[in-house]
Amino acid sequence: MRIDCKHVWQHISSYIDEEIDAALRAEIDHHLETCEICSAVLDSTRNLVVLVADDRVFELPAGFSQRLHARLDKELELVEPS
Amino acid sequence: MTPSNPEFETECIRRILAGEKHLFHELIRPCERPIYFLLLSLLRNEAEAEDAAQETAIKVYLNLHLFRGDSQFRTWVLSIARNEGLGRLRKAVTRREDSLDAGTDEQTGDYTPAILTSWREIPSEALERKELGGLLRSAIETLPEIYRNVVLLRDIEEMDVRQTAIALDITEGAVKVRLHRARAMLQRDLAPRLKAFAPKRKGLFGWGA
Repeated sequence: MRIDCKHVWQHISSYIDEEIDAALRAEIDHHLETCEICSAVLDSTRNLVVLVADDRVFELPAGFSQRLHARLDKELELVEPS
Repeated sequence: MTPSNPEFETECIRRILAGEKHLFHELIRPCERPIYFLLLSLLRNEAEAEDAAQETAIKVYLNLHLFRGDSQFRTWVLSIARNEGLGRLRKAVTRREDSLDAGTDEQTGDYTPAILTSWREIPSEALERKELGGLLRSAIETLPEIYRNVVLLRDIEEMDVRQTAIALDITEGAVKVRLHRARAMLQRDLAPRLKAFAPKRKGLFGWGA
Protein backbone atom coordinates (compact mmCIF):
# COMPACT_ATOMS: atom_id res chain seq x y z
CA MET A 1 0.00 0.00 0.00
CA ARG A 2 1.26 3.44 -0.91
CA ILE A 3 0.01 6.27 1.22
CA ASP A 4 -0.41 9.83 0.10
CA CYS A 5 0.40 13.16 1.76
CA LYS A 6 -3.09 13.68 3.19
CA HIS A 7 -2.93 10.29 4.85
CA VAL A 8 0.41 11.22 6.41
CA TRP A 9 -0.96 14.53 7.71
CA GLN A 10 -3.83 12.72 9.41
CA HIS A 11 -1.40 10.72 11.49
CA ILE A 12 1.28 13.30 12.25
CA SER A 13 0.26 13.85 15.84
CA SER A 14 0.10 10.11 16.65
CA TYR A 15 3.37 9.64 14.80
CA ILE A 16 5.06 12.28 16.99
CA ASP A 17 3.63 10.67 20.13
CA GLU A 18 4.62 7.19 18.89
CA GLU A 19 1.08 5.95 19.14
CA ILE A 20 0.75 4.26 15.77
CA ASP A 21 1.37 0.65 14.92
CA ALA A 22 4.58 -0.48 13.33
CA ALA A 23 3.11 -1.14 9.88
CA LEU A 24 1.67 2.36 9.52
CA ARG A 25 4.86 3.87 10.89
CA ALA A 26 6.87 2.02 8.28
CA GLU A 27 4.55 3.30 5.53
CA ILE A 28 4.91 6.85 6.77
CA ASP A 29 8.67 6.56 7.10
CA HIS A 30 8.84 5.27 3.56
CA HIS A 31 6.75 8.21 2.33
CA LEU A 32 8.88 10.70 4.26
CA GLU A 33 12.04 9.48 2.60
CA THR A 34 10.88 10.80 -0.73
CA CYS A 35 8.47 13.61 0.21
CA GLU A 36 10.18 16.80 1.24
CA ILE A 37 6.88 18.57 1.93
CA CYS A 38 5.64 15.98 4.40
CA SER A 39 8.96 15.72 6.15
CA ALA A 40 9.01 19.53 6.57
CA VAL A 41 5.44 19.47 7.90
CA LEU A 42 6.40 16.74 10.34
CA ASP A 43 9.57 18.53 11.45
CA SER A 44 7.83 21.87 11.93
CA THR A 45 4.97 20.28 13.88
CA ARG A 46 7.36 18.35 16.10
CA ASN A 47 9.41 21.49 16.59
CA LEU A 48 6.31 23.39 17.75
CA VAL A 49 5.57 20.66 20.29
CA VAL A 50 9.11 21.06 21.65
CA LEU A 51 8.94 24.85 21.74
CA VAL A 52 5.60 25.17 23.55
CA ALA A 53 6.82 22.75 26.26
CA ASP A 54 9.62 25.17 27.12
CA ASP A 55 8.97 26.81 30.49
CA ARG A 56 9.98 30.18 29.08
CA VAL A 57 6.87 30.30 26.89
CA PHE A 58 4.37 30.18 29.73
CA GLU A 59 5.67 31.74 32.90
CA LEU A 60 3.73 32.20 36.11
CA PRO A 61 3.02 35.87 36.94
CA ALA A 62 5.66 37.47 39.17
CA GLY A 63 4.93 36.81 42.85
CA PHE A 64 2.24 34.21 42.08
CA SER A 65 3.78 31.53 44.24
CA GLN A 66 4.46 33.84 47.21
CA ARG A 67 0.87 35.11 47.18
CA LEU A 68 -0.53 31.59 46.93
CA HIS A 69 1.50 30.31 49.86
CA ALA A 70 0.76 33.38 51.96
CA ARG A 71 -2.95 32.77 51.45
CA LEU A 72 -2.50 29.08 52.24
CA ASP A 73 -0.70 29.96 55.44
CA LYS A 74 -3.70 31.95 56.61
CA GLU A 75 -6.05 29.15 55.67
CA LEU A 76 -3.94 26.43 57.27
CA GLU A 77 -4.01 28.30 60.56
CA LEU A 78 -7.78 28.44 60.51
CA VAL A 79 -8.79 24.92 59.69
CA GLU A 80 -7.80 21.34 60.12
CA PRO A 81 -8.13 19.20 57.02
CA SER A 82 -11.26 17.19 57.67
CA MET B 1 7.22 20.48 34.68
CA THR B 2 8.01 18.69 37.90
CA PRO B 3 7.37 14.97 37.58
CA SER B 4 4.92 13.64 40.11
CA ASN B 5 6.21 11.40 42.84
CA PRO B 6 3.43 9.14 44.16
CA GLU B 7 5.39 7.88 47.17
CA PHE B 8 6.27 11.38 48.32
CA GLU B 9 2.66 12.45 47.79
CA THR B 10 1.15 9.53 49.69
CA GLU B 11 3.51 9.99 52.62
CA CYS B 12 2.98 13.74 52.59
CA ILE B 13 -0.82 13.41 52.59
CA ARG B 14 -0.68 10.92 55.47
CA ARG B 15 1.43 13.30 57.55
CA ILE B 16 -0.69 16.35 56.72
CA LEU B 17 -3.84 14.52 57.77
CA ALA B 18 -2.04 13.50 60.95
CA GLY B 19 -1.45 17.15 61.78
CA GLU B 20 1.70 18.32 59.97
CA LYS B 21 -0.26 20.96 58.11
CA HIS B 22 2.77 22.92 56.91
CA LEU B 23 3.71 20.04 54.57
CA PHE B 24 0.82 21.02 52.35
CA HIS B 25 3.00 23.76 50.87
CA GLU B 26 5.42 21.15 49.51
CA LEU B 27 2.63 18.88 48.32
CA ILE B 28 0.91 21.55 46.23
CA ARG B 29 4.04 23.27 44.89
CA PRO B 30 4.59 20.98 41.85
CA CYS B 31 0.94 21.52 40.85
CA GLU B 32 1.00 25.32 40.85
CA ARG B 33 1.87 25.77 37.20
CA PRO B 34 -0.72 23.41 35.71
CA ILE B 35 -3.42 24.70 38.09
CA TYR B 36 -2.82 28.30 37.05
CA PHE B 37 -2.51 27.70 33.33
CA LEU B 38 -5.55 25.43 33.18
CA LEU B 39 -7.56 28.13 34.94
CA LEU B 40 -6.12 30.83 32.71
CA SER B 41 -7.13 28.75 29.70
CA LEU B 42 -10.68 28.48 31.03
CA LEU B 43 -11.12 31.98 32.43
CA ARG B 44 -8.87 33.99 30.09
CA ASN B 45 -8.16 36.56 32.77
CA GLU B 46 -4.95 36.58 34.78
CA ALA B 47 -6.30 38.08 37.99
CA GLU B 48 -9.30 35.76 38.04
CA ALA B 49 -7.15 32.74 37.21
CA GLU B 50 -4.84 33.58 40.11
CA ASP B 51 -7.74 33.95 42.54
CA ALA B 52 -9.27 30.70 41.29
CA ALA B 53 -5.88 28.98 41.67
CA GLN B 54 -5.75 30.04 45.32
CA GLU B 55 -9.30 28.81 45.88
CA THR B 56 -8.39 25.54 44.21
CA ALA B 57 -5.40 25.02 46.50
CA ILE B 58 -7.59 25.67 49.54
CA LYS B 59 -10.23 23.23 48.29
CA VAL B 60 -7.55 20.61 47.73
CA TYR B 61 -6.41 21.09 51.32
CA LEU B 62 -9.92 20.87 52.72
CA ASN B 63 -10.73 17.75 50.70
CA LEU B 64 -7.43 15.99 51.07
CA HIS B 65 -9.00 13.08 52.93
CA LEU B 66 -11.06 12.33 49.81
CA PHE B 67 -8.05 11.63 47.60
CA ARG B 68 -8.09 7.90 46.90
CA GLY B 69 -4.99 7.46 44.80
CA ASP B 70 -6.81 5.93 41.84
CA SER B 71 -5.47 8.73 39.66
CA GLN B 72 -2.29 10.74 40.09
CA PHE B 73 -2.48 13.43 42.75
CA ARG B 74 -1.85 16.15 40.16
CA THR B 75 -4.70 14.85 38.01
CA TRP B 76 -7.06 14.92 40.96
CA VAL B 77 -5.95 18.47 41.75
CA LEU B 78 -6.55 19.55 38.16
CA SER B 79 -10.08 18.12 38.24
CA ILE B 80 -10.73 20.35 41.23
CA ALA B 81 -9.19 23.31 39.37
CA ARG B 82 -11.34 22.58 36.34
CA ASN B 83 -14.50 22.47 38.47
CA GLU B 84 -13.51 25.73 40.10
CA GLY B 85 -13.01 27.32 36.67
CA LEU B 86 -16.26 25.95 35.23
CA GLY B 87 -18.18 27.07 38.32
CA ARG B 88 -16.92 30.61 37.81
CA LEU B 89 -17.76 30.56 34.13
CA ARG B 90 -21.31 29.48 34.90
CA LYS B 91 -21.68 32.36 37.30
CA ALA B 92 -20.36 34.94 34.88
CA VAL B 93 -23.35 36.61 33.27
CA THR B 94 -21.42 37.93 30.36
CA ARG B 95 -19.82 34.69 29.36
CA ARG B 96 -19.86 33.90 25.71
CA GLU B 97 -22.18 31.12 24.61
CA ASP B 98 -19.32 29.00 23.41
CA SER B 99 -17.17 29.19 26.48
CA LEU B 100 -18.15 25.93 28.15
CA ASP B 101 -18.50 23.18 25.61
CA ALA B 102 -17.87 24.96 22.40
CA GLY B 103 -17.15 22.81 19.44
CA THR B 104 -17.42 19.09 19.17
CA ASP B 105 -15.21 16.33 17.96
CA GLU B 106 -17.67 15.67 15.18
CA GLN B 107 -16.25 18.49 13.09
CA THR B 108 -14.71 16.99 10.03
CA GLY B 109 -13.13 18.49 7.00
CA ASP B 110 -9.70 17.89 5.67
CA TYR B 111 -6.98 19.91 7.09
CA THR B 112 -4.13 21.17 5.00
CA PRO B 113 -0.98 22.09 6.88
CA ALA B 114 1.23 25.02 6.06
CA ILE B 115 3.40 23.74 3.27
CA LEU B 116 6.90 24.89 3.78
CA THR B 117 10.41 23.88 3.06
CA SER B 118 12.12 27.06 4.19
CA TRP B 119 12.88 25.90 7.72
CA ARG B 120 12.99 22.66 9.65
CA GLU B 121 13.77 23.61 13.18
CA ILE B 122 13.70 26.65 15.41
CA PRO B 123 16.19 25.92 18.19
CA SER B 124 14.99 26.43 21.76
CA GLU B 125 17.62 29.14 22.24
CA ALA B 126 15.49 31.32 19.97
CA LEU B 127 13.11 31.62 22.95
CA GLU B 128 15.58 34.12 24.38
CA ARG B 129 13.84 36.45 21.96
CA LYS B 130 10.67 37.50 23.75
CA GLU B 131 8.66 37.90 20.57
CA LEU B 132 8.89 34.17 19.82
CA GLY B 133 7.31 33.27 23.17
CA GLY B 134 4.65 35.91 22.53
CA LEU B 135 3.86 34.46 19.13
CA LEU B 136 3.49 30.94 20.55
CA ARG B 137 1.35 32.14 23.45
CA SER B 138 -1.02 34.15 21.30
CA ALA B 139 -1.43 31.26 18.84
CA ILE B 140 -2.38 28.93 21.69
CA GLU B 141 -4.63 31.53 23.30
CA THR B 142 -6.63 31.91 20.10
CA LEU B 143 -7.34 28.17 19.79
CA PRO B 144 -10.93 27.20 20.65
CA GLU B 145 -11.12 26.23 24.31
CA ILE B 146 -11.53 22.47 23.87
CA TYR B 147 -8.27 22.38 21.93
CA ARG B 148 -6.47 24.87 24.14
CA ASN B 149 -7.09 22.84 27.31
CA VAL B 150 -5.70 19.68 25.74
CA VAL B 151 -2.59 21.41 24.39
CA LEU B 152 -2.06 22.93 27.78
CA LEU B 153 -2.08 19.65 29.67
CA ARG B 154 -0.49 17.41 27.04
CA ASP B 155 2.11 19.62 25.38
CA ILE B 156 2.77 22.37 27.89
CA GLU B 157 2.50 20.47 31.17
CA GLU B 158 3.44 17.18 29.47
CA MET B 159 0.80 14.99 31.09
CA ASP B 160 0.00 11.65 29.48
CA VAL B 161 -3.17 10.92 27.51
CA ARG B 162 -4.87 9.06 30.35
CA GLN B 163 -4.26 11.71 33.01
CA THR B 164 -5.28 14.47 30.61
CA ALA B 165 -8.53 12.62 29.87
CA ILE B 166 -9.29 12.24 33.58
CA ALA B 167 -8.47 15.86 34.41
CA LEU B 168 -10.67 17.20 31.60
CA ASP B 169 -13.36 14.54 32.00
CA ILE B 170 -13.23 13.47 28.36
CA THR B 171 -12.29 10.19 26.69
CA GLU B 172 -8.73 9.30 25.75
CA GLY B 173 -9.87 9.21 22.13
CA ALA B 174 -11.10 12.79 22.41
CA VAL B 175 -7.75 13.83 23.88
CA LYS B 176 -5.93 12.38 20.87
CA VAL B 177 -8.30 13.86 18.29
CA ARG B 178 -8.26 17.29 19.88
CA LEU B 179 -4.51 17.28 20.28
CA HIS B 180 -4.06 16.35 16.65
CA ARG B 181 -6.35 19.16 15.49
CA ALA B 182 -4.75 21.65 17.84
CA ARG B 183 -1.24 20.86 16.67
CA ALA B 184 -2.40 21.03 13.08
CA MET B 185 -3.98 24.45 13.65
CA LEU B 186 -0.85 25.69 15.38
CA GLN B 187 1.39 24.42 12.60
CA ARG B 188 -0.76 26.07 9.95
CA ASP B 189 -0.92 29.32 11.87
CA LEU B 190 2.67 29.48 13.05
CA ALA B 191 4.85 27.81 10.45
CA PRO B 192 4.82 30.77 8.05
CA ARG B 193 5.47 33.24 10.85
CA LEU B 194 8.25 31.31 12.53
CA LYS B 195 10.45 31.43 9.48
CA ALA B 196 12.07 34.59 10.84
CA PHE B 197 13.40 32.65 13.83
CA ALA B 198 15.06 29.87 11.88
CA PRO B 199 18.83 29.89 11.80
CA LYS B 200 20.14 31.38 8.57
CA ARG B 201 21.31 28.72 6.19
CA LYS B 202 24.99 29.15 5.56
CA GLY B 203 26.01 29.72 1.98
CA LEU B 204 22.61 30.76 0.72
CA PHE B 205 23.04 34.46 1.05
CA GLY B 206 26.78 34.82 1.22
CA TRP B 207 28.68 36.70 3.87
CA GLY B 208 26.64 39.85 3.67
CA ALA B 209 23.33 38.24 4.63
